[in-house]
Amino acid sequence: MLEKMLFGDLTLQAIPYNNPIIMGAGAFMAVAVAVVIGALFYFKKWKWLWTEWLTSVDHKKIGVMYVILAFIMLLRGFSDAIMMRAQQAIAVGHSAGYLPPEHYNQIFTAHGVIMIFFMAMPLMFGLLNWVVPLQIGARDVAFPYLNSLSLWLTIVGAALVNISLVVGDFAATGWLAYPPLSELAYSPDVGVDYYIWALQISGVGSLLSGVNFFVTILKMRCPGMTLMRMPIFTWTALCTVILVILAFPVLTVTLGMLSLDRFFGMHFFTTDFGGNAMMYINMIWVWGHPEVYILILPAFGVFSEVVATFSRKKLFGYTTMVWATAVITILSFIVWLHHFFTMGAGPTVNAFFGIATMIIAVPTGVKIFNWLFTMYGGRVQFTTPMLWTIGFMTTFTIGGMTGVMMSVPAIDFQLHNSVFLVAHFHNVIIGGVVFGYLAGLIYWFPKIFGFKLNERLGRYAFWCWIVGFYLAFMPLYALGLMGMTRRLNHYDAATGWHPYLIVAAIGTAVVALGIGFQVLQLMVSLKDRNKNKVAGDAWGSGRTLEWSIPSPPPFYNFAFIPEVHHRDAFWDMKHNNSPEVKRYYQDIHMPRNTGTGFIIAIFAGAFGFAMTWHITWLIFAGLIGIVATAIARTFNTDVDYYVKASEVEQIESQYSHR
Amino acid sequence: MTTQALDHHDHHHDADSMDIFGFWIYIMSDCILFATIFAVYAVLYTNTYGGPGIKELTSLPYVLGETMALLASSFTYGMAMLSLYKNKKSQVMMWLMITFLFGATFVYMEVNEFIHMYLEDHSWQSSAALSAFFTLVGTHGAHVSMGLLWMAVMMIQLMKFGITPAMNRRLTYLGLFWAFLDIVWIFVYTVVYLMGTI
Repeated sequence: MLEKMLFGDLTLQAIPYNNPIIMGAGAFMAVAVAVVIGALFYFKKWKWLWTEWLTSVDHKKIGVMYVILAFIMLLRGFSDAIMMRAQQAIAVGHSAGYLPPEHYNQIFTAHGVIMIFFMAMPLMFGLLNWVVPLQIGARDVAFPYLNSLSLWLTIVGAALVNISLVVGDFAATGWLAYPPLSELAYSPDVGVDYYIWALQISGVGSLLSGVNFFVTILKMRCPGMTLMRMPIFTWTALCTVILVILAFPVLTVTLGMLSLDRFFGMHFFTTDFGGNAMMYINMIWVWGHPEVYILILPAFGVFSEVVATFSRKKLFGYTTMVWATAVITILSFIVWLHHFFTMGAGPTVNAFFGIATMIIAVPTGVKIFNWLFTMYGGRVQFTTPMLWTIGFMTTFTIGGMTGVMMSVPAIDFQLHNSVFLVAHFHNVIIGGVVFGYLAGLIYWFPKIFGFKLNERLGRYAFWCWIVGFYLAFMPLYALGLMGMTRRLNHYDAATGWHPYLIVAAIGTAVVALGIGFQVLQLMVSLKDRNKNKVAGDAWGSGRTLEWSIPSPPPFYNFAFIPEVHHRDAFWDMKHNNSPEVKRYYQDIHMPRNTGTGFIIAIFAGAFGFAMTWHITWLIFAGLIGIVATAIARTFNTDVDYYVKASEVEQIESQYSHR
Repeated sequence: MTTQALDHHDHHHDADSMDIFGFWIYIMSDCILFATIFAVYAVLYTNTYGGPGIKELTSLPYVLGETMALLASSFTYGMAMLSLYKNKKSQVMMWLMITFLFGATFVYMEVNEFIHMYLEDHSWQSSAALSAFFTLVGTHGAHVSMGLLWMAVMMIQLMKFGITPAMNRRLTYLGLFWAFLDIVWIFVYTVVYLMGTI
């Protein structure tokens, strides 16, 4: 009785002692955490961690923490991928492979959830945090404390997913948890609850970030930077956060209703009492399709910056690029049904959504041609960001074309839920989002850290990734056409699929080599950081404002708020020598660090864990903790301060003497 | 304009309008949240699984009373804001208290309606239609309750801090929030209670 009161449904049986794979992974995570904690004690860095990082409201540091989270989650999500590919390479005919179905189902679910929500999304917000304020000549985002809260909510969501590995289990439903499978009747375990609360908590973080960057971009641009003078990356960031603001409330409601079904016995999506499971599938894709564009648009922005910088030319067709981005933003909301043409909505509805989907290829094509024309006649430097960009242009075009194929409802009826689809969306997500974000990370890394990443190892990583990608996913197109459905744990030898799946597994190994090179690249670059120091204009051909300030920038970014007269403001400053104006340093208004965001997120995590395991007291403790911490913050009037002009002068002179 | 002059008022002056803009954007996203729940309600409200329809379970005059309480609270909140602009702290307090009472009346009446239905065996578990009903009306009610908590905090802060720029801003946020909830309720009242009844 007391046990039930204290721990809810949580018992020691929740820990899968008998599963060596899970225990091994859990032990590995425990060791990693122990090493970090031990190091913090050994080097006496707790205070540093708290004051410099956990409570930081500096957008650059928050960006760094997002990127670190994304990379840890990339390793986790990629391990899941290796396990799946290995299983499918082995489990043919008489061999059952090494993963039992219930475990395998959790792995492909976790892979999708982690890669989209806890790898791609944090990487996206990490890049936005790094770059957007610097590109628009701002000293921070509009709401620095909210920014910190968003980060920590995302991290807590990721933590819940990883806790589920060891305590209880994760959803075994696929990454979007379709009902009725995800309803209590068919998924009585805590897996789906972990899924719901991890996504709800991090989803709130994403929504708040969306509002934050929307206001930042619209209200905090420096004088002279009209909308049509904004760098393209900032434009794509703007369109992305518009999508976040419009789409994420739908996700909140959808998952909220699923949890009401599970927790309070409601009947939104159940098979009886009048529930409607297809409504869930419609709603989740009303969020889910825009989500795809939330991820890809900033990648398009990265390519636009990279191509112009390394072709030493202004971007071809700036205006069309902006309009193409805007059109994609709008169209992304009227194509959701193409994810389930097989629902049987009828020929008229399917035709509408099919045609709307095909139309998206037009603005996307415009972009591809703009990038090509930017390179045309330019003096192209084949740096690593540029390699990723060229790799993207070929790979993404193939992925886009298979997408247009599937937008034809008649073809989709054949390909629905086949591995052809799996190949398609990996083709656009890896070839577009991942390549783009990696290009962006390498491109802006020197700005944030003050030194460049090793180019040679970067090139090795690139070639492994692109070769590995084609090896891993081209066979899946063929397999899809041969009739192989997705999420298979085992198949018959007579299907003839085995050789293809072995090639795919080899491809995954090659990608793993690429990731290995990236880890090595990071280590080598860290070791050689004093040799690879860069000036403000790290690549020597920067065009936008972020390159006009030192690398790494001082915490207030701009000692003087710049004034912009043209697009590519920094290029303009460099080449049209404007007359030197004698300027005087002024006091700079900055927000104070705060631990409120961190504390609220911890309470939110406790609340999510308690909802998962039905621990009543902790549910209320979590809720009250969230509200009380937020209210307590409003009683604090000492939330900002001024950096004195003399101090600014001192910091700036240090930079100029380096 | 020189850079110096621009530097000079890069903050403070615009900060308020920026913050309020941000809160406004948050409200718009909340609007999407309600729109989604309305859409679900529209799909499910006929799925009563053999039970009585929502119209038969609710009393229109009772809900009209609820509605009047909420509408009145928006009016009194407006009065509070007018007193705020005139810098009259005690009047602001008085109007906030009256607003709070009207808001609390609304929530009390709603909870009462819910309990009533529950005791007559028409709970959120009875059918998809009732799930949608309780969720739509309840989400609005939860928002109003959060607004009440917020108002209570504002009253305490008004006593502690007096009328400051920060208080001005926060009461403006709350005013936007409160008016938004009024508008949502007009839709709830129309879609859930009125349509089909008259």
